[in-house]
Amino acid sequence: MSGRCDQQRALTCTVKPALYLNMGERPCDAAQSGVCVVDVTLPFGKTADIEEITFQNDYTASVTVRLLRRRPGHEAPAQWCTALRDLSLMDNPHSEGGSQDYYSIHRSQMRAEPDDVASVRLILKQPSSAWLSFSLKNIEMFPHTEPEPEKEVCDWLSDLTLDDHLTQPQDVPDPHTVSSSLQQMWALTEVMQSDQTTASVGRFDVDGCYDVDLISLT
Amino acid sequence: MRKAQASWEKRVLKSLNSMSSELGVPLARMRPAAEQKEITNKWNEMGTDEPDLSRFRPVYAPKDFLEVLISLQNPNYDSSEAVSSRSHWGLIHSPLNVRDIPQLRRSFSELNLTTGQLGIDDHAHIHPDLFESDYVQIGKKVVEDQDSAAAQQYSRRGCPTGLRADLWALILNSTNQPQDVMHYEQLKAGVIQHDLLVDKLIYKDVKLTASNDDYYFVFEDFLYQVLLCFSRDTAVLEHFKYNSATPPKAYVQGKVDDEECAVVYPPNGVIPFHGFSMYVAPLCYLYNEPSKLYSVFREMYIRFFFRLHSISSSPSGIVSLCLQFERLIQTHLPQLFYHLRQIGAQPLRIAFKWMVRAFSGYLSTDQLLLLWDRILGYDSLEIVAVLAAAVFAFRAENLMEVTSLASAEAVLADLSTLKVIPLIQIFLFATAI
Repeated sequence: MSGRCDQQRALTCTVKPALYLNMGERPCDAAQSGVCVVDVTLPFGKTADIEEITFQNDYTASVTVRLLRRRPGHEAPAQWCTALRDLSLMDNPHSEGGSQDYYSIHRSQMRAEPDDVASVRLILKQPSSAWLSFSLKNIEMFPHTEPEPEKEVCDWLSDLTLDDHLTQPQDVPDPHTVSSSLQQMWALTEVMQSDQTTASVGRFDVDGCYDVDLISLT
Repeated sequence: MRKAQASWEKRVLKSLNSMSSELGVPLARMRPAAEQKEITNKWNEMGTDEPDLSRFRPVYAPKDFLEVLISLQNPNYDSSEAVSSRSHWGLIHSPLNVRDIPQLRRSFSELNLTTGQLGIDDHAHIHPDLFESDYVQIGKKVVEDQDSAAAQQYSRRGCPTGLRADLWALILNSTNQPQDVMHYEQLKAGVIQHDLLVDKLIYKDVKLTASNDDYYFVFEDFLYQVLLCFSRDTAVLEHFKYNSATPPKAYVQGKVDDEECAVVYPPNGVIPFHGFSMYVAPLCYLYNEPSKLYSVFREMYIRFFFRLHSISSSPSGIVSLCLQFERLIQTHLPQLFYHLRQIGAQPLRIAFKWMVRAFSGYLSTDQLLLLWDRILGYDSLEIVAVLAAAVFAFRAENLMEVTSLASAEAVLADLSTLKVIPLIQIFLFATAI
């Protein structure tokens, strides 16, 4: 599975404002139900394969991910399916744990393949009445790219055969002893390089001077 | 929480800056040669020095810090409801996840009633063959094998007095190799070369707290040797990677925009407050060599003690400990909590000073060391909150009869006769839930 490399850019998509579901008949009477829906849509007509969805939590207890998939070339209308149900973001919805953490949902965690997706719907739930509001921040989606095929070793390299019948010139030292002593030397240099200590010297002054009059408040 | 910590730091630094300018004492300066010689000669008896410290005052005291913690409010937290399932009786309003007794029972299972403990089963009237001799034998084996993980597990049931120093050094990975001694000498050279305002604060703190304490006044000189060197130790800066606090920055010789002249003040980034020296004092009973004592103290500070005076959401942080203490009392001693609140004696106001010092200076030393055994063994400060609640539970009858904050404090003023482990054990395992 190809990992997301840093140069990969997020898909351009529109994150619609969060829609909080309320119970009750008239808007002024409505009680908070603790459920909120956030739609993330791709530009009209485009579909994409999703590798990963990342976001920062803002006091949401759990999230359900639904995908609107539109198979290209097919006549059938786009279909919604549930990719991930009730992923818990906060262990205890009443307390702070996980409330501001960064999360990432990878395609391998989804039960439906997120291919040819036109729109993603995130259903956020926060059952605790302790919080005034809840949402997700910085929602980003990253496209899936096929991993590059393994580079094939050139055919002519694999055609080389080992020639066992080389005659040894008489006055050249045995290649095995030479190579083993070279390897020892190389190992020694590696050890020396890796052994350099990263401990700091511990000096706190600047060239012997540590005259401080004011602590910087910025 | 980060914002609260940042603004608290700013307040402290402003106070330090103004103290420096009011008193006309520079924050740091190089000592002249004569002074350096004097300090070197008096290194082992700095306690005999009686500098005039009357104009200096501690930068802050625990009660100032408590006010900051009380004012911590999450803007997203709905605190509008008058009556809710979460009680608003307490002072701490941060909704952190703290553990209650059933969960604590599971994690502190080695402290339960059926397991032998030092602090209970080594009492004089219990025959040593029942528990103590075997336990000490196991301890000797752990020290022989130099097994750090085993030492930590062993410490959960207490460390025998004779083995405690070695066991703690094992758990904390604190060695006394030549390079450690050399590091200590380097720090000592730093003390001799430069004079810091923070040094005066340390002097003042030691004079106010440890020197007045019956158990610790003998160690006054050690305390100076350790704390002055601690202030110069840049290795402590490493712990800011996992501390919510930030080390204060300053510029040498006033060159404000020159990044080359940027330094940390004090060099270890930690500004001592009133009572700070009590973190070191109990360790003086275990180690008599300054470099070893220093090494153990530094490890204990960067693992545990820093959490007691910085604002963070860590389960061992002081905010969680305060909340845990309040919740434990509200849940298991609701009448007591209500009564104390009614008379204006919020329990946290009394218990806070105990928790900030991890009970150092309030308990008798042998009991304190038994408590700190468990802190090391469980790698968590939660036991401090549990003990604070257990003390209230123990004195509950007397507390129900008091009618003012002053008398409540009087009831809880003297903890030196308390036996810590039975209290914790009863509170955790014998409380009906």
